[in-house]
Amino acid sequence: MQDVSTEKKEFVPNIVAFCCNWCSYAGADLAGSSRLTYPANVKIIRVPCSCRVNPMFVLKAFQQGADGVILCGCHPGDCHYVTGNYYTRRRMALLYSFLNYMGIEKERTRVEWVSAAEGAKFAAVMNDFVKTVTELGENKRLTDLRVKEGE
Amino acid sequence: MKDVELKMLERAKALLESGEVARVVGWKKGDFYFDPSPAVFESVEELEKDFVYNWFCGANLSKYLIQIAKKEGKTAVFLKPCDTYSFNQLVKEHRIKRENVYVIAVECLAKLDVEKIKAQGVSSVVNVEVVEKKVSVTDLYGDVTVLNKPDVILTKCDTCTKTHQVKDEEIILHERPERDVDRFAEVAKLEGMTEDERFAFWREQLSKCIRCNACRNVCPACSCVKCVFDNPASGIAAKANDDKFEEQLFHVIRAFHVAGRCTDCGECSRVCPQNIPLHLLNRKFIKDIDGFYGEYQAGETSEGKTPLTSYTEGDIEAKDVFNGEAK
Amino acid sequence: MLKIAKERLNELYAKINETMGLFIPIKRAGEVNYAIWKDGKEVSLETLKTVKSPKNMFFPQSENLMKFKKDGNNLEVIDVREKLGEKIDERPFVLFGVKACDYKGIEVLDKVFLADPVDSYYQMRRESTTIVTLACSRPEESCFCNAFGIDATAPMGDVTTWLDSEYLYWQANTEKGEKLTAIVKELLVDGGEKEVAAQQEKTKEIMAKLPYANLDLSRFTPENLNELFNAKEWEEMSEACLGCGTCTFVCPTCQCFDIRDFKTNEGVIRFRCWDSCMYSDFTLMAHGNSRTTQMQRFRQRFMHKLVYYPSQNDGLYSCVGCGRCVNKCPQKLNIVKVIKTLGGKDND
Repeated sequence: MQDVSTEKKEFVPNIVAFCCNWCSYAGADLAGSSRLTYPANVKIIRVPCSCRVNPMFVLKAFQQGADGVILCGCHPGDCHYVTGNYYTRRRMALLYSFLNYMGIEKERTRVEWVSAAEGAKFAAVMNDFVKTVTELGENKRLTDLRVKEGE
Repeated sequence: MKDVELKMLERAKALLESGEVARVVGWKKGDFYFDPSPAVFESVEELEKDFVYNWFCGANLSKYLIQIAKKEGKTAVFLKPCDTYSFNQLVKEHRIKRENVYVIAVECLAKLDVEKIKAQGVSSVVNVEVVEKKVSVTDLYGDVTVLNKPDVILTKCDTCTKTHQVKDEEIILHERPERDVDRFAEVAKLEGMTEDERFAFWREQLSKCIRCNACRNVCPACSCVKCVFDNPASGIAAKANDDKFEEQLFHVIRAFHVAGRCTDCGECSRVCPQNIPLHLLNRKFIKDIDGFYGEYQAGETSEGKTPLTSYTEGDIEAKDVFNGEAK
Repeated sequence: MLKIAKERLNELYAKINETMGLFIPIKRAGEVNYAIWKDGKEVSLETLKTVKSPKNMFFPQSENLMKFKKDGNNLEVIDVREKLGEKIDERPFVLFGVKACDYKGIEVLDKVFLADPVDSYYQMRRESTTIVTLACSRPEESCFCNAFGIDATAPMGDVTTWLDSEYLYWQANTEKGEKLTAIVKELLVDGGEKEVAAQQEKTKEIMAKLPYANLDLSRFTPENLNELFNAKEWEEMSEACLGCGTCTFVCPTCQCFDIRDFKTNEGVIRFRCWDSCMYSDFTLMAHGNSRTTQMQRFRQRFMHKLVYYPSQNDGLYSCVGCGRCVNKCPQKLNIVKVIKTLGGKDND
């Protein structure tokens, strides 16, 4: 059906957040139980360690229509598996720098360290990231148009 | 180059005759002067008939050793300076057993690109003489054209300053003038553009990609037995090329998979049928690694860790990557 | 014969584009490939060999076949040809600047796609397209179309054209060609027979001198199938093959494709895309792959071009001598080296 209203629909970004099981996911839990709010369009994917996130996951998220991808893990030095997030840090620094080199807006990608005790930080980070991506607008550069069929 | 070729041929023959090696990996003559192919020689007769080393032997032979060096007996191989880095990297990753290979390092002095010669209006090359910076090309009709060497060398040779790196190698005539070139100049130029300009640049270049996989298949760092893009169960094994996402996915992931292991041998750009400057993708990773974690040249040795399999506690944070130039 | 001054070619393209789409060699990011013409694009008719052949006019590298839309328990199947608008213009098309070898390549594809059962996707494009061929005047060392009986100086097609430094000469051959001529009539003037004949003669002289002018194909017959298949030379010839798909994707006659599904937000798109017999997952079946080594894949490609295809198509080879693989193979392996090794005595 044709949308009868002439007003433009407000853009609500799709945000994918990869959260490590031991810190950031627990941080998200704490944010919830502390009744802190963050936008519902942040879709959390729980991973055993931030180091589990392969660059392909990030690209697949963008392909499937994400407008922003954020990766959250334990603070460096606090990794449940001792060193996992040190590797994450190198990988993501290189990947994000590279995506920007290919012309992908740098604001669409982010890494944040959120511990299990930082519920407030989790909410603040998500609010800020959603705000940034909303201002940036829809992801048109790293998306697969075929996925958006029917939208 | 003819004198080097003769020396190489002599060595190859001697090694085969003495039984020290069972085979020699080198180049064999094509139909023209400019189309030698990589080849394996198992007898002196084969060598005498087809062996060649000329200005068009640009191919990197190191990757072939993954399979060939598994065969019975020792394999001798001719490696140019840039190829030795790939060789070391493959030894480091346990893809080649060092003791199975007899390395003969050979002089390079940059190889020529027949497409660039054609672009200068000379076709059907039958012979090439190189003196300093001048290339005299003789064509099928006997005409001789003199070209500037820097205009017609392979792109991968443009910024090469590589020297031989394999230990215990035998070296045939390796002397070359020092070069002062900045291999990151083009990357820096792209970095200096706006996001929009960079996006437009890569869009335009990658729109040409035909997904032939030549860049992957020639790449010595791409040594997976089964590539993720060939695995129908991986969920990303699409061969479709017309949608803008496919090529980005392929090239980003490929560049990432070889990051820290890419020796910058430039084979990807040499083989691309659409001449996409693929080396500029890999070089961005090299430049970033140098900038973020200290200078690192993959393939310089065949031991030690790579930047992506090591870390320090004070590594740069992803968010600081964009806050001015990382040191 | 008719002609048009070279500097007025853009007017010709614009005129055609008023009523029909135009698919023509266009330079983009340094390389020349067939693409849809728009005002301001850099046309390069002089380019002897586009990187990709014009076959993707009729047989695009990837092409949506149908869509499945799920709504509750209902599954709707949508034929995407009803809305091809976005990609291939719904208007009839003119394929412009096709060389003699590539035109022969289309004939090879026709025998596959238009034979029973007809590939209606291919047929639809083929029938609505008018082909304008362009004679060669500067063949190069990698050309060997004459080995397959092709005259590069007089290609057929709906319209044949010749280009020299001043004019494009124009001659309609078919009813479709006459119709196209009528559309652009006002831009064309009479003349050119003498110039064309002179150019043809000169080109033929060059052709006779080309290094691949006398390839001997005599041994590639169905009777020799077993002998050729079992030839020991395959091992050595394929040694350096990387298993990339460059030769198959630049080839004007390679016709293999794969069919895959893509999941979208509302269902599934079924598409086909070019496949390459050089790939390890080519014709992959539940039990694995029927050809497990690169030698077998390499052999398959050349046996198909030179033996299997002709044995099913009255001796028509499915190589047209365009020489793209000669130029583009990363390791300089190609069909000519195979022909010279296995083709016949006269190649020595």
